[in-house]
Amino acid sequence: MEIPILKQGNVLIATLQAAVPDVDLLSLRTALVREVVRSRSRGVIVDVTAIDVMDSFASHILQDLAHMIRLRGAETVIVGIQPEVAFAMVQLGLRLENVATALDLEEGMSYLNRKFRTLA
Amino acid sequence: MLQTEKNRLNPPEKPPPATSVQSLERTSVLLRELVSHLRQNRTELREEWARRITQAKLLTAMSNEEVFAEATSVYDNYVEALETGTFEALQAYARNLSERIIPRGVETHEVVGIVLLLRDVLARSLFAKYQADFTKLDRILDAYEPAANRIANTVAVGFVQERERVIRQQQEAIRELSTPVLQVRERLLILPIIGVIDPQRARQLTEQLLRGIRSNRAKVVVIDITGVAAMDATVANHLVQTVEASRLLGATVIVTGLSPEIAQTIVNIGVDLGKMNTVGDLQGGIEQAERLLGYKVVPFTEVPRTEAQQPG
Repeated sequence: MEIPILKQGNVLIATLQAAVPDVDLLSLRTALVREVVRSRSRGVIVDVTAIDVMDSFASHILQDLAHMIRLRGAETVIVGIQPEVAFAMVQLGLRLENVATALDLEEGMSYLNRKFRTLA
Repeated sequence: MLQTEKNRLNPPEKPPPATSVQSLERTSVLLRELVSHLRQNRTELREEWARRITQAKLLTAMSNEEVFAEATSVYDNYVEALETGTFEALQAYARNLSERIIPRGVETHEVVGIVLLLRDVLARSLFAKYQADFTKLDRILDAYEPAANRIANTVAVGFVQERERVIRQQQEAIRELSTPVLQVRERLLILPIIGVIDPQRARQLTEQLLRGIRSNRAKVVVIDITGVAAMDATVANHLVQTVEASRLLGATVIVTGLSPEIAQTIVNIGVDLGKMNTVGDLQGGIEQAERLLGYKVVPFTEVPRTEAQQPG
């Protein structure tokens, strides 16, 4: 199933469900990178609260997504990584280098708003 | 039954058939005979055993009455294990006994000692009984020894396992106590680490910190390692992992209290601490954390009057 992208002000929000097939993740990346400029958004939030296993593929896609969005002139925040998932990720060496993270959607929003204010 | 047994054993010129089924049968018959002997002489043997225990100065933590009471239950369980050939009841009893006597300071050598003493006492009584018939004694001992050894083994292992369980439990308790995650301000946690960090503790520490970040909605964490005496490559890597995992949850980590020795070790090892935020002492760490959170701590006297009166 395709992952829906919601628009909230100048931020795009995508929420991942528990088990996301790799194909859907790839199409989400494509869609977000396209939509972010088309909708003139300045930020993207990917909510992974429901994810209980983050493998290297998903982690790389998210990292690439964040870097691509930055090249398109917007900021990305990954929110809602569970403690167990975070622990497993660092053990596997999946670090999400240079990607902003936040505790949950609310925190992610306030991070982006702070970022917008400093940039404005 | 005793009759058939004797019939089979009596002609000494004919060696007994060696097939396993028959020898198994013979063993069980012998054990039954043994058990009835032990039942008959229960009182004397028990007393003899208790006397030997006191003589050998074992179980000194217990009174004579207690020793005798325990001896009675061990004796009965022992005979039952010999009779049924099943060790579950004895195992359960050994665990239960260990649970009771470990807090009183009974040592492993005492438990092994009393079981071996019982083995000796019983073996001697068998010697006394079958003195006249040496072949029979030999067979009885053949049946008795493996079973007795297994019993001794079961009791000793039960005791040691129970002790290990207690030790593990205590280790767990110490670990729980030694890694508190404390909130000092809204969204600011401190994690003072004291003592030795082994991989297991490092893992637990990280898990507790991550849970703490989530439940307190922390944005900044100060990890204070003033109390950590030494650090090697493994521990340093664990620290880096903890910092990385916290970042994935959206929290910034500040590490404080690195001693000169640890700083040198880390530089020598070549662990990449470039991404780590370090401050000299805990106070400095908390101050920096407050700056990150947008707090400003000002002495009360310096606050202008009008500002102080305004709410919020």
